[in-house]
Amino acid sequence: MLRFILGKFVFMVFSLFLLVTATFLLMNAIPGSPLQSEKAPNETVQKNLEAYYGLDKPLYVQYGKYMANLLQGDLGISMKKKFQSVDKMIANSFGPSLRLGLSAIVTSVIVGCILGMIAAMHHRKILDNVAMIIAVIGMAIPSIVLAPLLQYYFAFKWGFFEVAGLNAPLDYVLPTIALASGPIAFIARLLRSTMIEVLNADFIKTAKSKGLSGYVIVARHALRNSMLPVVTYLGYLTAGIITGSVVIEKIFAIPGIGKYFVQSIIDRDYPLIMGITIFYAVILMVTRFLADIAYVLIDPRMRASGGKGAK
Amino acid sequence: MKGNFKKPVQFMLVLVIAFSMLLAACSSDNNKPTPSNNGGTNNGGETKAPQEFRFTIGSEPPSLDPALMTDAQSGIVASGLYEGLTRLNTKGEPENAIAKEIKASEDGKTYTITLREDAKWSNGDPVTAHDFEYAWKRSLNPETGSEYAYMLFYIENAEKFNSGEGTADEVGVKATGDYTLEVQLNSPAPYFPSLLAHYTYLPVHEGTVDGKPEWAAEANTIVSNGPFVLKQWVHADKLLLEKNPDYYNKDAINFDKVTISIVEDESTVFQLFETNKIDWIGAQAGSVPPDLTKKMIDEGRAEVTSVASVYYYLFNNNKVPFNNAKVRKAFSMSIDRQSLIDNVAQANQQPAYGLVPPSIAGPDGKMFREVYPDTGYFQENADEAKKLFEEGMAELGLTAFPEVTLLYNTSEGHKKLAEAVVDMWRKSLGVEVKLANQEWGTFLESRKAGQFDIARSGWGADINHPINFTFDLIHPKSGNNDGKYNNPKVEKLLDDSLVASSSEESMKMMAEAEKVAVSEDMGVLPTFYYTTVTMLKDGFEGVISDYSGHLDWVHGSKK
Repeated sequence: MLRFILGKFVFMVFSLFLLVTATFLLMNAIPGSPLQSEKAPNETVQKNLEAYYGLDKPLYVQYGKYMANLLQGDLGISMKKKFQSVDKMIANSFGPSLRLGLSAIVTSVIVGCILGMIAAMHHRKILDNVAMIIAVIGMAIPSIVLAPLLQYYFAFKWGFFEVAGLNAPLDYVLPTIALASGPIAFIARLLRSTMIEVLNADFIKTAKSKGLSGYVIVARHALRNSMLPVVTYLGYLTAGIITGSVVIEKIFAIPGIGKYFVQSIIDRDYPLIMGITIFYAVILMVTRFLADIAYVLIDPRMRASGGKGAK
Repeated sequence: MKGNFKKPVQFMLVLVIAFSMLLAACSSDNNKPTPSNNGGTNNGGETKAPQEFRFTIGSEPPSLDPALMTDAQSGIVASGLYEGLTRLNTKGEPENAIAKEIKASEDGKTYTITLREDAKWSNGDPVTAHDFEYAWKRSLNPETGSEYAYMLFYIENAEKFNSGEGTADEVGVKATGDYTLEVQLNSPAPYFPSLLAHYTYLPVHEGTVDGKPEWAAEANTIVSNGPFVLKQWVHADKLLLEKNPDYYNKDAINFDKVTISIVEDESTVFQLFETNKIDWIGAQAGSVPPDLTKKMIDEGRAEVTSVASVYYYLFNNNKVPFNNAKVRKAFSMSIDRQSLIDNVAQANQQPAYGLVPPSIAGPDGKMFREVYPDTGYFQENADEAKKLFEEGMAELGLTAFPEVTLLYNTSEGHKKLAEAVVDMWRKSLGVEVKLANQEWGTFLESRKAGQFDIARSGWGADINHPINFTFDLIHPKSGNNDGKYNNPKVEKLLDDSLVASSSEESMKMMAEAEKVAVSEDMGVLPTFYYTTVTMLKDGFEGVISDYSGHLDWVHGSKK
C-alpha cells in the first residue's frame, strides 16, 4: 500500500512539472501581453514596465526565475491586481468556491443516490420513470440557463432568497441547486444502472431468501456494491466543482476562484495564470489520488491489482 | 468473493477520506464579514439616521495606489479616498481642493500652488506640498512601474527622468515650502488645473509608501487624505468606506457609509437594484441590461447621459482600397447612424459625425460641440456615396472591389453593430465586407500592427479636453492612430494648437484639424458617441455621472 501511494506521488510531482512547463510556454506563445492596453502606451513607460516585470528578458531566463521561485513556494504577485500576491488571491477566492462546492457535492450525492435507488428499486415502474425524467431534465438544462431562472423567480420575483452574494446560509441554496443539478442527474443514472445489475446478483437473492425487507437489502447490501462508479465520479466531480464555476460565480456575484481562471487569461496576467493552473492541477491530482485510495478501501479486488500496478 | 462484507466502519472510512480534505479546508476560511455589522458612525449629538450609499462596480479596482491606477473603477473609489490639489465639480470644471490658490505665470509655464494648511492624512499627519512632490516623482520613477506616468509628462524633464536619462531633481516640481508647490511645465497647458484633479496627480503619504509597494493592496495599510476612509476591502467581493471625521471639509460630505460591491453580471445588478440592495446603476456597474434599457427610459426610471467616448471604425489608410479618400467617404456616408442607434445599439447614443464627444468642455464655458458642431462635416447619403465609391474605384484603377474584412474584438454587441454596418454597405454600395473577430489581446496586437482593413475602435477621455480626441486619434505621430491616417495639414494644425496664444485659439485649431480629418479625408469612420444609462433610487441627490460617464458620488446625499 505504501509503495502504491509513493508511486502515485512521484508520478504526481512529475506530471506537475510537465504541466507547469507546458503552461508557461503556451501562455507566452499566445499573442498579447500583460501590458496590453487599448491606449497606446508611451514608449518610455512601456520599457519601464517590461523591465519592471522582467518581460524584457529572454524566455528561458523568465522560466528559470519562475521555477526557482516556485520551488520556494513563491507564486509571485499578480500583474493586474497590483501587489496582491497570487497565493493570497487563490486562498481568498478558494474559500467561497469550496464552501459552495461542498454543499453542491453533498447535495448531489444525497439527492442523486436517493433518486437512483428509487429508480432501481422500482425498475420499469412509474417511480423509475419519474426519477429518470427528473434526471434527464437536470442533465439537459445547463447551469447558464438554470441559474438565471432560479435567480429570477426565487430571488427577484418571489423574494425567497437574496439575488446575489454568500452572506447567510440561505444564500447558498440557489447556487447550490444550479451547481448540483447536473451531477445529481449523472449520479442518479449511474447508481441506477449499477444497482439494477447488483440487485440481480446471487447474494441479493440470498438476502431476500433470509427474509430481509427491500429497503434493508438496498441500504445494507446493494448500495455499497453499487457505489463504486459513483466514488470514481466523485473524484472528478470534487475537483471540478470546488474549483469554482465561472457562470455561477458571475450570476450570483460570488467572489470565487472560477472567474480568475478565465479573467487571468484574458488579462494575460502571467503569474495568476500559472498560480491557478498549478492549483487546479494539484486539486485534481489530490482528489484523483484520494479516489484511488477510496477505491482500494471499498473494493478488495482493487487492493490486489493496485498493489501490483505500483510494483 | 462478492459476499465478502466487512464492518460498516470501513464504508464510513471511505466517506471520511473522500470529504476530509473538503471539511478541513472549510473551517479555515471564516473571515467573511456579515453584512451591516458596522452601524453608521454617529457624528456629534445629532440623531440623524446614518446615510448609506450602496452601489456596484463591474470589476475590482486593480489598485488603489494613485501611481498605479489606470481604470474607471479605481478612479471612482479613489475619488472618495483621496483629495488632489483640485477636484472637478459637477460641470466638469476644476475647483480648488487641497490647493488654496493656483497662480500661473505670464508665459503659462510656471504654476505656483499654495496649499491649504488644515488638510490631514488619515494617520493624523498634515498634507503638505512635499507629499505631492514625492508622489509625482514616485510615479515618474522608472522603478515604480507606473503605467500612467505619461500623464505627468507635461512637467519639465518628467519624461527624461522616466526614461532613465534624467534625475528626480531635474523634474520641474518642487515644494518650496511646506505649503507651496512650484511646477514647471514643458509648454503652456491651459488645462493644467483640470489635470491636477486626475488621479495620477493625487498625493501619497511618504512614510506609508516608501519601500512598501504593496501598501495599497489592503484596507488596513492604506493611508489616505480624502473625504472617506477605506474600512474594509474584501478582495473580489466588496469595499466598505466610511466618512472621514478628520476631513477638512467634512460638512460638505453627507454619506456616512458607502458600500461598493463587485458584481459582474448586468442582470444581477439590475435585480439587486430592484430588490433594494443597491442605490445606483450606471456605466461602471455594467449599465442597465440592453433588453430593459428602452423600457426603463420610457418609464422615466432611467436617465441617459452622454459620455466622453466615441465609437468608430479605423480605416487602414495605407492599404487598397482605403488609401483612397473617396472610398473612405463612401463607406462613411452610406451608414445610417440613427438607424444603427435605434435598432442595434439601443441606448440613445448620439450619431457621431466628428470625433470630439458632446460632453467635452469647449471655450468660454461652453461645450466644444456647441461652438464647433460636427453636423456639417458630412451628410449621410447613399446615392452620393455610391457615386463617390465609383469615382474612388476608378481612381484606384479597380474594376472589382477587393476582399475586405472588418475586424472587431469578440463581443456580442460589437458583432451586432458590425453586421448591421456591413449590411448597410452591401445595400448602398453593393460591396461584400467580411467579418472577423479576435479575442481582445490578439485584437489589440493585430490592430497595432496594422493587420486589418477596417477595425472597430472606441476612445474615451482621460481629461475633459478636446485634445484627447484630436491629438490621440488623428495626429500622424500618435501611437493610437492605428489606421495610419496622415495629413501634414492636420499635423501642423495640431502642433500649432499646443503653442497657441490662448485656450480659445488652441481649441479652434483642434476643431479645424478635426474637420479636415473627417470632412475632407474621412481618415477614420465615426459612428456614435457613447451614452450611459443610469438609474438612481429616489431620495438621492448629487450622485451624477461626470463628463466621461464616471460615477461621481462623493458629494451626494440622501433625503
